[in-house]
Amino acid sequence: MSSRQQAKFLPDGRRLHLQDGPIDLIIEAQGSDAAVTAAYDAACDRFTSLLDELCVELPLLRRPMTPESAAPQGPVARRMAEVARVYADRHFVTPMVAVAGAGAEAILAAMTAASPLTRAYVNNGGDIALHLTPGTSFEIGMVDRPDHPRLFGKLKVSADDDVRGVATSGRHGRSFSLGIADAVTVLATDAPTADAAATMIANAVDLPDHPRIIRVPADSLQPDSDLGARLVTRSVGQLTSHEVARALTRGVRFAEQLLDVCAIQAAALHLAGETRLVLKHPHLMSLIGRQKEMKIHAAG
Amino acid sequence: MSETQQASAVDSTVGPKIVDGKIRCDACPVLCYIRDGATGACDRYANKGGELIRIDPHILLSQALADGQAVVPFGGQMSEWDGDILHAGGTFVTAIGAGTTYPDYKPAPFIVAAEVDGVDMVTVVTEGIFSYCGVKIKIDTDRFLGAEQSIVRAQGEAVGHVTTGEYGSQMLSLGGVHHLTGGSKKEGRITCDTLLALCNKQAVELAIEGGATVVVEAGKAPIVNQMPEERMRVGCGSATIGMFAKQWQGKVDEVVVVDDHITGVLSEHQAGKLLGIPDTGIKMRGRRSTPGRYFQVAEPGTGWGGTDISDPLSILQPFDPKVAKPGLTMLMVSTTGEHAGYYVLDDNLQPVEQELPKPLQDSVARIKENCEPALSTVLFMGGAGGSLRAGVTENPVRLTQSVKRALTYVTCGGAPAYIWPGGGITLMVDVTLLPQNAFGYVPTPALVAPIEFTMRLEDYAALGGHMDFVQRIDTLPRDGFKRQRVTQNAEAPWPLTFHSRADKAS
Repeated sequence: MSSRQQAKFLPDGRRLHLQDGPIDLIIEAQGSDAAVTAAYDAACDRFTSLLDELCVELPLLRRPMTPESAAPQGPVARRMAEVARVYADRHFVTPMVAVAGAGAEAILAAMTAASPLTRAYVNNGGDIALHLTPGTSFEIGMVDRPDHPRLFGKLKVSADDDVRGVATSGRHGRSFSLGIADAVTVLATDAPTADAAATMIANAVDLPDHPRIIRVPADSLQPDSDLGARLVTRSVGQLTSHEVARALTRGVRFAEQLLDVCAIQAAALHLAGETRLVLKHPHLMSLIGRQKEMKIHAAG
Repeated sequence: MSETQQASAVDSTVGPKIVDGKIRCDACPVLCYIRDGATGACDRYANKGGELIRIDPHILLSQALADGQAVVPFGGQMSEWDGDILHAGGTFVTAIGAGTTYPDYKPAPFIVAAEVDGVDMVTVVTEGIFSYCGVKIKIDTDRFLGAEQSIVRAQGEAVGHVTTGEYGSQMLSLGGVHHLTGGSKKEGRITCDTLLALCNKQAVELAIEGGATVVVEAGKAPIVNQMPEERMRVGCGSATIGMFAKQWQGKVDEVVVVDDHITGVLSEHQAGKLLGIPDTGIKMRGRRSTPGRYFQVAEPGTGWGGTDISDPLSILQPFDPKVAKPGLTMLMVSTTGEHAGYYVLDDNLQPVEQELPKPLQDSVARIKENCEPALSTVLFMGGAGGSLRAGVTENPVRLTQSVKRALTYVTCGGAPAYIWPGGGITLMVDVTLLPQNAFGYVPTPALVAPIEFTMRLEDYAALGGHMDFVQRIDTLPRDGFKRQRVTQNAEAPWPLTFHSRADKAS
């Protein structure tokens, strides 16, 4: 690893922390000691070139996609573009929409290819790729405000569920949001799909032209943002319960459409203390556990 | 990524550039443009007043270990965050990741009050940018590393020099303002990288001009010319004679302790004389200092006792036939007990090696047992003078005075700092007592080190502190994404209880 990159165990001695530039991974693998060691070695090995691979194609990855956009070269970049392409005909999107999930997926794939693991995850700043074997499951805590972490619920993802990716996006996260959602958590078949869907649903939770929502051009904050001069949300004033419901409904409608076009299984949308769920199948309710004051939108 | 692409990516980014008031950060290949007051895509680097600074997660030390409580894995992952972040008293806010202030007249980023044992304490927390800083390295070895004043290089660049050796250890002094900013740009960058790695407890290879190559890692055994050093010598050869003379009396006629510095000879040594040990007719090579003490019996090396010899008899001249007698017994041993041999004089007064008798085996084992593990230790040293103090008080010299009068306790990332007497606040701290990755750098180049000033609230008011900016520890925002809880190193005293330690001591 170059001196820029950092690999170390967290103080619990079990979880591995890999960091390089904006990529920040928390990794845990379970299996025999030899398998875990081999998996961590493979993770470090794959990590060595991850950021460099992406940066070679960064200008292309930051460009808005059309259905005709050329595919990038690198395997992780290709995966990002593949996932983003779903949105390209009707929405503004760049391959960067799935960068965190695709990175997590690539590292996890290197680990599971290297050794047999019973369970593993790669958490890339809240975008998580999961590996499960029959009979195993993960419990994942959910927060409604990433900047004020407070568990509002737990997800239990079992090997039988068609869920190997969990992602959260919103206006308090590290990336800018075009919408006003505090957080949108998505469960999907894979991490890049979950990552992109969480971002796009969070963008859709919105009240266009609302006077108490302050927006500024993304490039006024980060000059090289892939969002260019598009307005990103900086602050949201007091909203009436009617306005909150209206914004959430826009997000719910968008999420429901996604159930048909990509592999998302469930989404939880949070705004101003209100939560809505969108589920592909009603039985997925068991994933989320019993929640009070939640309106459930089930489709399919 | 191909070689050529890598090369071009590096070439275009030597040092951060400023374009239209935006810094082009060169910390990683994303090469963000960062506006003043904003962070890059990583949230780790920021543009503060035109300077690129590092802003890592803010670290809280937890007293868990000291209290025997369960160790709390730090937060930062939403999946495991329990929402419980601050317990006053059991939590000490360190400066790691606290950020700095610019310009300096602004109050420090965190001025935190907590009640400890009924006393209101305040900790002023900042990350200092140390242009004047370096490390002092103590390498426990008697092996020759290089002559005093020799240049120490890292990656081919001069980063420091060999300084005065200490008892059983060789000393290096690295960094300092001349290497950081007085030489070429590359020299400054490599010096900064080397200091940062050493302070963050990473291994660094150093090549000493005209001497050895040594791998130094704080708290680990030094590796000299690819050989890991195991133990320190028990003392110099003469001191070893002094320590063990009585244990040898009656068990052997003569003992030679082989040492590169001072080789000791029992029968001639003051310790032997006092015990009435008779002359043996032994004749040493080298230069006699005082009775029973010899300099330069051989060249320095990696053989017996830090000399270059593998056969200890090579440092002896023939025994004096007027004094020596056949059957005379002699132990030769190195100062670490790693090498030992037992000899009996034959009829021609020639020493012949024989098996080491049991009682002498025990004394060799005793020497070995008294040799401590050899370590490299790294002390960060820097001057927290100048304007850093203004973030603490409106009247900076009063902070210096308060520190000197021991009313203010200075820590680095929660680890105790030694404050050098005299003017200014020149401090030294053992880097192994700080949490992981506590040090950062700015591309000036200079190191960024955490520094905390803890004192009674009333003393803080008296020295002109920024009282309007004091916040109680339990009112710090619960933003777990930006603040980590770590467990304090068990070796370091708990920073907030310094006043009760001071009371007990007085």
